[in-house]
Amino acid sequence: MRLAHFTTLIAGLFVAGFASAFEVEDRRLFEASPQRSVLKVISTADLDVFTPIIRAFQADNPGIAVDYTVTGTTDLMGAIHDEGAQFDLAISSAMDLQTKLVNDGFAQPYTAPANVLPDWAIWRDHLFAFTQEPAVLVVSDRFFAPGEAPRNRDELITLLRENPDRFRGRIGTYDVRTSGFGYLVATQDSRNSEAFWRLMEVMGRLDAKLYCCSGDMIRDVASGELGLAYNVLGSYAASQLQSTKGFRIVPLSDFVNVMLRTSLIPANAENVEDARTMVDFLSGLNRRADLVTASGLPGIDSTALQENPSLRPIRFGPGLLVFLDQLKRQNFLRSWESSLVQE
Amino acid sequence: MNPRNSIRGRLFLQLVGVAALLSLAFFLVVRGVAERAAEGTQDDILLASATAIADSLRSEDGQVTLDLPYSALSMLGTISDDRVFYRVVSAGDTLTGYADLPLADPAPTLGNPAFSTLVYRGDEVRAAAVVRAVGPATDSQAVIVSVAQTRLGLAAISRRITTTATGVGIGFFLLATLLSLWASHLALRPIVRMTNSVARRGPQDLRAVPSDPPEELAPLVEALNSFMARLSASLSRTEDFIAEAAHRVRTPLATVRAQAELTHRKLTKPEHKQAVREMIRAIDESSRSAGQMLDHAMVTFRADALAQDELDLAALMNEVCDRLAPTADLKDITIKRALPDAPVAFKGDGILLQAALQNILDNAIKYSSEDSTITASVTVASDLHLSFSDQGRGLDGIDISELTTRFNRGSNADDVVGSGLGLTIADEVARAHGGQLKIVPNDKGVGACVSLTLPR
Ligand SMILES: Nc1ncnc2c1ncn2[C@@H]1O[C@H](COP(=O)(O)OP(=O)(O)OP(=O)(O)O)[C@@H](O)[C@H]1O
Ligand SMILES: [Mg+2]
Repeated sequence: MRLAHFTTLIAGLFVAGFASAFEVEDRRLFEASPQRSVLKVISTADLDVFTPIIRAFQADNPGIAVDYTVTGTTDLMGAIHDEGAQFDLAISSAMDLQTKLVNDGFAQPYTAPANVLPDWAIWRDHLFAFTQEPAVLVVSDRFFAPGEAPRNRDELITLLRENPDRFRGRIGTYDVRTSGFGYLVATQDSRNSEAFWRLMEVMGRLDAKLYCCSGDMIRDVASGELGLAYNVLGSYAASQLQSTKGFRIVPLSDFVNVMLRTSLIPANAENVEDARTMVDFLSGLNRRADLVTASGLPGIDSTALQENPSLRPIRFGPGLLVFLDQLKRQNFLRSWESSLVQE
Repeated sequence: MNPRNSIRGRLFLQLVGVAALLSLAFFLVVRGVAERAAEGTQDDILLASATAIADSLRSEDGQVTLDLPYSALSMLGTISDDRVFYRVVSAGDTLTGYADLPLADPAPTLGNPAFSTLVYRGDEVRAAAVVRAVGPATDSQAVIVSVAQTRLGLAAISRRITTTATGVGIGFFLLATLLSLWASHLALRPIVRMTNSVARRGPQDLRAVPSDPPEELAPLVEALNSFMARLSASLSRTEDFIAEAAHRVRTPLATVRAQAELTHRKLTKPEHKQAVREMIRAIDESSRSAGQMLDHAMVTFRADALAQDELDLAALMNEVCDRLAPTADLKDITIKRALPDAPVAFKGDGILLQAALQNILDNAIKYSSEDSTITASVTVASDLHLSFSDQGRGLDGIDISELTTRFNRGSNADDVVGSGLGLTIADEVARAHGGQLKIVPNDKGVGACVSLTLPR
C-alpha cells in the first residue's frame, strides 16, 4: 500500500497532477500563554524527538504557539508541492525532496545570520540544514564479539560471502521503495562505491529482510533476530543505545553517508517571522548540548566532519534531483530489486 | 582663474573630458565583454548538460528511455545556486522532467543546439535544447532534450562585474585626472620659463629672447623678438633725435649770440647797443628754452621706463654742487654742503635725479643776491630728503602750486632769464621715483627752500 503510494507520488510530481490529502501521522499544538502567534510546522521528525526542541524554542521565544504536524517524507513533499497545504515551516530528513521543493519554487528565501551555519549547510538561502546524521552499520552483540565487526564494505561483503549459513535471513536494510531516507542513502551509496551493488547482490542472496524504519531494525538487531543491519539512521541508533542493550554501532571506515535534516519556509507561509526565528533556533542546535541529548539529533558541526574524513555529508545541489527523475528512479529500483529481491 | 581664459585650464578640461569618455568606454566594454563571457559560460554548461542527457538516451524494445546521468544536473550546480529544469520529449510526449517547461523556439535541429531565454514559473530562465535521433537507423525517433536554469547567479555575476568595472572606471578617471593636471602643467612649462625670463629683464634690455622655444611658440617668440627689435630701433632713433635737435638748435644760437656780442661791442650809439642787448637776451632765452625743452623731453622719455641704478645720493648731491660751483662763484655765492659721511643708497635713474637737483640749485643761485649762502643738505629719516635753501628773494606773493606747471614763471623772475620748465622737470622726476617736490619759504625768514623727498 505504502509502496504504491510513494511510486505514484513520484510519478505524479513530474507528469500529472496528484491530488490526495497527505496522511497526518501525529499532530500536537504546543500552546503559549499569553499567545502572540501560531507557527504551523510540518515535519517528518517524531513528536517525542522534537518536543524538547519545541519547548526550548518556546522558552526562548515566549508567546509563540507551535502547531506541529508529523507526516512522512513523501507526504510532506506532496502536501506542499501538489496540495498547496499551508504551513509556515517544513522540516524533513529527505534532502532530495526538500531540494526539489526549493528548485520548483515552493520555498521562499531567508538570509540567515552569517557565520552561524557553514556554507555547505545552506542552499540558495532557501534550505537550512540543522542536523548531520550518518547512515551506519548496526551489529548484534550476539553475532559479533567486541572488535570482530567488519570495518568497511569490502570486509562486510567478504564476511557475508564466507558465512552464508550464519547470516541467511539475519540481515536487515531499508526497503528503498518505501523509505525516503533508505532511497537517499542507497542512491548516494551507488554513486560513491561500486561495492554497493556487490553488497546488495550478496544481501539479496542471503534473503535480507527489508524494513520501513530504523526503529524496527534496531529492535531486531538488539534482540538477536538480526545479525546486522545496514544503513541505519545513526542518530536514532545512538539515542536507542541509552535504553536498549544488545547492539553496537559500527561507523564504516571507507565512507559514511551523512544526511542533513533541513528546514525550509514554504512560499505560501503566513507566519514568516516566527518561521525565521525557528530556522535560526535550529541552526544553533549544536550549541545546545541538552537538546542534542534530549532529541538525539546531532547539530551541524564542521569540526566533527573534518576530524573524520570518512564522513561524507550529502551535498546540496541540482544533482539531488537526478534520482527523483521518474525514469532514473525506475531504473534504480529495477536494479535494486533484481539484486535484493531475488524471488 | 577662469578656466576658459587659461590655456592650462582649457587643456586640463579637455584632457579630463577625454579621460571621462575613455573611462566610460572602458566601463561599457569591460562590462559587455564580461557579461557576454558569463552568459557564454552558462550556455556552455547548459549545452554540456543537455548533451550528457542526450548521450544517455537509448532505445529498449522500440521504447525510448534514458538513465539520467548524475553529472548532467550536478554540473549545473557548480557555477551558481540557480534552479534547474529539464524536459525530455519524444514524439510529442514528455518522457521525463518538467512537462510544462516550454520548448526552445526556434526548435533545435540535428547537430544544431538551440538556446533561448524564456519565462518559466515566474522566473527568467536560459534554456539549451538538443535533438538526438534514437533507435535503429530505419526507424529512429527524434528526441528533444531541453535543460533550463534560472539566471540569478548570472545576475549576481553581472552585478559584481558592474561594480568592479565601475570601480576600475572611476579609478582610471581619477588617475587620468591627476595625470592631466600634471601634463597640462608640464606642457605650459616652456611658456612659464619664457615669461619669467622676459619679466626679469630691465627696462633697457630689448635683446631677443634667447631661450630655444617649443615649435608651437616659435612664431610668437619670433613676433615678440621682431617687435622688440623695432621698438629698440625706434627708441634709439628718438634718443638720437633729441640729441640731434639739441645740437641743431643750440649751435646756431651760440653762433648768433657770438655775432651779437661782437656787434654790441662795435656799436657806439646807446639806443643801438640797447637793441642788441635785448636781442642777446632773447637769444639767451631761446637757448635756455631749447635746452630745457630737450631736458624735459628726455625726462618724459626716461620716466616711462625708469632705470633702477644703485645710487649714492650724497655723492650725487656733491656732483651737482661741484658742477654749479663756477656759476655760484660768479655771484660770490657760497654753497654750504650739509651731507652725511656715509653713502645714502637709493635705486633710481641717476641722470634724471641729477637733472632735477641741478634745476633746483640753478634756481637757488639764479634767484639769490650776490654774497649769499645756499645750503645743500641730505637727511635720512623715514624718507630721503634732498634740499637746497637759499637767502634770495623768496616766494612772497607767488602762487606756489602753479610753479610746477609748464612754462610758468613767478612774478619775481622778470629780470632773470628762464623758460619756466625747471621745477616742472624736478617735479616729474620726483614723481617718477615715487617721491615729491616741496617748495616752501626758508624757515630762517629769508629766501626759499626747495626739496626732493624720495621714499627709502
Ligand atoms: N629759489 C627760488 N627763489 C625764488 N623764486 C623761485 C625760486 N625757484 C623758483 N622760483 C620761482 O619759480 C618760477 C619757476 O621756476 P622755474 O625753474 O620752473 O623756471 P625759471 O627758473 O624761471 O626758468 P628755467 O626753466 O630757465 O629754470 C621761477 O620763475 C621763479 O619765479
Ligand atoms: Mg629755473
